[in-house]
Amino acid sequence: MNDISHAPSFGDDDSTIANSPTPRQAAYARARTHIGLLIGGGVLLTMVVMALFAPLLAPHDPYVQDLANRLVDPFWGQKTNPANPFGTDGFGRDYLSRIIYGARVSLFIGAVAMLISGFIGTTMGVLAGYFGGKIDHLVTFLITVRLSMPVVLVALAVVAMSGGSLGVVTVVLGLLLWDRFAVVMRSATQQVRRLEFVTAAEAVGMAWPKILWSEILPNLANHLIVIGTLEMAHAIVLEAALSFLGLGVQPPTPSWGLMVSEAKSYMFFDPWLITIPGVMLFLLLLAINLLGDGVRDVTSPGEIW
Amino acid sequence: MGYFLKRLGLALLVALVVSVISFGALRISGDIATAIAGEGASSEDIEFTRKQHGLDRPLPIQYLDWLSHALQGDLGTSLYFRVPVAELIGDRLPISLALGCLALIFAVSLAVPLGVVAALKPNSIVDRLALWLAVVGQAMPTFWFALLMIVVFGAWLRWLPISGNESWKNFIMPAIALGYYATPAIMRLTRAGMIEVLGLDYIRTARAMGLRSGTVLFKHALRNAVIPVVSLTAVQFGFMLGGSIVIESIFSLHGAGHLAWISISRSDLPVVQGVVLVLALIYILLTLLADLLNAWLDPRLRIE
Repeated sequence: MNDISHAPSFGDDDSTIANSPTPRQAAYARARTHIGLLIGGGVLLTMVVMALFAPLLAPHDPYVQDLANRLVDPFWGQKTNPANPFGTDGFGRDYLSRIIYGARVSLFIGAVAMLISGFIGTTMGVLAGYFGGKIDHLVTFLITVRLSMPVVLVALAVVAMSGGSLGVVTVVLGLLLWDRFAVVMRSATQQVRRLEFVTAAEAVGMAWPKILWSEILPNLANHLIVIGTLEMAHAIVLEAALSFLGLGVQPPTPSWGLMVSEAKSYMFFDPWLITIPGVMLFLLLLAINLLGDGVRDVTSPGEIW
Repeated sequence: MGYFLKRLGLALLVALVVSVISFGALRISGDIATAIAGEGASSEDIEFTRKQHGLDRPLPIQYLDWLSHALQGDLGTSLYFRVPVAELIGDRLPISLALGCLALIFAVSLAVPLGVVAALKPNSIVDRLALWLAVVGQAMPTFWFALLMIVVFGAWLRWLPISGNESWKNFIMPAIALGYYATPAIMRLTRAGMIEVLGLDYIRTARAMGLRSGTVLFKHALRNAVIPVVSLTAVQFGFMLGGSIVIESIFSLHGAGHLAWISISRSDLPVVQGVVLVLALIYILLTLLADLLNAWLDPRLRIE
């Protein structure tokens, strides 16, 4: 645990502090001793590095099939091959390389879908919270409508009908997952709106777009990071589930969800085939959640949940 | 009464907008005429099918046509099964509802006691353990958890059947796989509610009057702490019905989710539309009931 927690923690600390309303040094001190934040940040950073430098790190081409070399066991198994530390899949493709490239799919979809839904949700929530009245009613209504739609089902259907591709999956998830952003940004804006500096800005005649942008939004940054991590994890797990059902990202793209799906038929004899991509997904989701919880703890101390 | 009518009107409006959006989204993303005409159909065949099924009309007209039929309980005919969609869903829905209920029972019976115990001693070891359980639980993809259970309990230990819906045993693993995902949210809310309620004056008074701590805890505190949990549970049940598509396809439980899954892969649009509508209606009904139940439990909510 300790060796993970030291080295890669700096990037996360910086971002936490840059958005922190509390005195920076206090937050920094809390961040340095927050185990969850450090582990989460470290694992996530490792995954990001893995995704960015996949071509350099992967020992083989993740798409090249070698049918003479099918279902080689990983290094702890019996029928091993030193060239394939995580073994090979049913088509003889190097599993380690596919796992490394799979980080790209998950992180890309998670990040882009989160940005799209974050933009939609934040815009709606901030407008509703700031103006109230009819706009608030409309936004609340839209949130209710969105929550009433079975999201997995709608996403599956729309992605499948329009032919699954990385881009389609990302956009569909981005368009569906804005609800929590809107809910939290709305209530947070309502609270910030009552504070004196907002009244002061209004009193000196500042235009409302400027008030929203430079007075309100900076004070919502902590909430944005926390919800952003939650929704990123949500998008990643939904992509994996969609691809697992065969209706998301299409083969031969190395998506972890798709890898679990492809390994389903071998799972009783070669359970590691579903275990490795599953563990990677689990670690990534855990890291993102820990990071989000950690940011919340560091920026709003006092509550441990 | 005014509150009731207002809430009902809102629910109907939400249902209407949901039906418009789901209809529109599915029609825009796929061409139903191509699906009906089947693979290898020529472009003339497709055009003919389009005219025959009235799919060349403007989308709003098609929607109104679909809606007027849907209001009479006619959701169209399945392109694959060649039977009315309403009948298909009617056959499959009880299985999904049973699965959802079992999953919810599992989630609540795990989450509420854990939440209460964690709330009794904040920051204690039990509390920290519950927190970690919540964090780990939320990071576990449902489908992967389900597959691991199949490998361990189905294949290695051979305790439970891994597919089909012949007996109650078939529902155990799916219910756990579906239910554990809701556990962290319910647990957090129970814990937060209990901590808040336990700090209130009336609890101190009850304790000062010498009531037994068990009585205070269960009769006075828990009752008020679970009010928000009731709403959340209704919401979670709705999510479970939507999420059951993954679990049902893994365990080959022939419920509504499974039906939706195979219909999506076969481009059987009428069935997909029907399932989306029915699941949305169930969710809307559940949240309506939860709101009314809460208004009944807590009169202050009726004023708004």
